[in-house]
Amino acid sequence: MRHHNIPGTTLFGGDEAQKGIALNRMCFSFNSAENRTAFLKDEDAYCAKFGLNAEQRQAVRERNVLKMLAAGGNIYYLAKLAGIFELNVQDIGAQQTGMSVDQFKDKLVAAGR
Amino acid sequence: MARIIGGLGTTHVPSIGKAIAERKQNDPYWKPFFDGFHFVHRWLAREKPDVAVVFYNDHGLNFFLDKLPTFAVGAANEYRNEDEGWGIPVSKSAAGIPNLSWHLIERLVADEFDVTICQDMLVDHAVTIPLSLMWPGEAPWPVRIVPVSINTVQHPLPSAARCFKLGQSIGRAIDTYEENLKVLVIGTGGLSHQLDGERAGFINKAFDQLCMDRLTNDPESLTRYSIPEIVEQAGAQGVEFLNWIAMRGALTGKVIEVHRNYHIPISNTAAATMVFDNQPAVLRGQHAA
Repeated sequence: MRHHNIPGTTLFGGDEAQKGIALNRMCFSFNSAENRTAFLKDEDAYCAKFGLNAEQRQAVRERNVLKMLAAGGNIYYLAKLAGIFELNVQDIGAQQTGMSVDQFKDKLVAAGR
Repeated sequence: MARIIGGLGTTHVPSIGKAIAERKQNDPYWKPFFDGFHFVHRWLAREKPDVAVVFYNDHGLNFFLDKLPTFAVGAANEYRNEDEGWGIPVSKSAAGIPNLSWHLIERLVADEFDVTICQDMLVDHAVTIPLSLMWPGEAPWPVRIVPVSINTVQHPLPSAARCFKLGQSIGRAIDTYEENLKVLVIGTGGLSHQLDGERAGFINKAFDQLCMDRLTNDPESLTRYSIPEIVEQAGAQGVEFLNWIAMRGALTGKVIEVHRNYHIPISNTAAATMVFDNQPAVLRGQHAA
């Protein structure tokens, strides 16, 4: 969303919502264990079924959260995808900030001092 | 008549559900957070609310981005939780109180809050984790609930001022409900945290402390923050504080802060728990613990 200037931050608004609907819809489907299994079994077919565009497909293939966000992903839905790979929000936080997971955890602890 | 006995705010981080299931309450990582609930347990045992109105945000269990209400009120007999996709245990259900739900809905719409009315509604961890923290154990939760969902996920979000007024409207509506019920108002989520983007891991202790102080002493001042200002100060997901602002708006009496716990970090989040009495305890001939 426009009208703000907060570094490293996207307000998930109309532009992102429109762009990301297919990717987010796929991630929403991961509320079902059966669908998570289907994704793991045949990722290409599963992504095709939800009509991911090339940018979204590539971002998912690379397991790259920043690219998924740029492709319209919403973090609450992407977290369901991350869960399939047993990645938690410290893991994806570390990935997005270019830190190791331990460095990222240290940063969180440091915020409390 | 129904009366609002107090308000409670708490973080609802999903991994708390896992920690409860794995009985990690006394682990060094979790203890500073869970210890903040000892007071809450005593307070609830004394106050014995019959009903909880819960302001929360759904994270893609009941609502998807295709049809996302800004404000939605549950009017069901039962609220089930289901698999949310991120590996936390599925929770037991919460009981509803549809007659109170419809009363609140009628008053809200009369007040020009044109809410979405949900006779079927799944509730996610943002409802079930606070209830599990407040009433631990296997037994059914001893309250019936009215869930009130606020969109904090897809911008444009309702303003802080609008959420405060939503809470005020619900507070007034509870005060006019004829059944003799003790009502607790709950706001869940926050405080500062950001999960997405290069600024992931952002936490702002000073802003959180300001918010907690103002929630007690000057809640209306919080309504002057714009949504981008809250995102800047509290992080992209720190906007869940809107649920706390709505909770505080519903407290219509004299409000006293009786408990506060604040700990960094739980997962990526600055975790907070606050309890407010909605009348001076002395007027009721009781003493705060």
